[in-house]
Amino acid sequence: MKIETRTIGDVRILDCSGKITLGEGTMAVRNTVRDILKGDGKKIILNLEDVSYIDSSGIGELVSTYTTVTSNGGKLVLLHLTKKIQELLAITKLLTVFQVYDTEQAALSGFGKN
Amino acid sequence: MKTLANEIEVIISSALDNLDLIEILTDCITGFMNFDEDSAHQVGMSVRESVTNAIQHGNKLDLNKRVHICFEMEADRLSITVRDQGNGFRADKIPNPLDSENLLKPSGRGIFYMRTFMDEVEFRSLPQGGTEVFMVKVVTQN
Repeated sequence: MKIETRTIGDVRILDCSGKITLGEGTMAVRNTVRDILKGDGKKIILNLEDVSYIDSSGIGELVSTYTTVTSNGGKLVLLHLTKKIQELLAITKLLTVFQVYDTEQAALSGFGKN
Repeated sequence: MKTLANEIEVIISSALDNLDLIEILTDCITGFMNFDEDSAHQVGMSVRESVTNAIQHGNKLDLNKRVHICFEMEADRLSITVRDQGNGFRADKIPNPLDSENLLKPSGRGIFYMRTFMDEVEFRSLPQGGTEVFMVKVVTQN
């Protein structure tokens, strides 16, 4: 599991790659987002395009991250869902929770950026 | 690990690092049985979820406790049994993750995914203690 963070304006884009599974993968997401919140970042895009595998703990970590960011007054959206992640979110009704975008431009526009 | 004509049985210690090994083995078996890509992913995820539960919730990460995994291959189906040495649990007590009050909970989706992806899922409390999960996936070939 690897996360590279980019910044566009006040939006942080987390390019995730590899597996988001119980342990190292879920901790990487949690710690990265925690550090952003500590640094007063409020707007986060999770780019999941290169995530090869996710388990129920990984899905749970996305939910947990979403609630943490929201409760800190921020906003987290998802970008480039793979077919498998989309299916896992859909069958657990989580597509009704997350804002999901197919392009980075659209995700940035959701934060009021062009 | 012992291999019979149509049965593979693996015994692992309760270390989460073993999950990736079991995933690779499951992928090999579904590939050998010519499951289509989506079904192979569903079987792989269900096995991973059940073994995760056995290690984490059943055996509570106690390295002295074992998880037994058995794959039984038949022409039209794959049956998988996962057995832990924990204190057992009531599957019917697991909250429905689709209920609105559970939607934002960080856990509780693993068994739901197993039940969604597999053709049969059954939980059995063993007389000697522990829980056995029995799952079946009917072969849908490429």
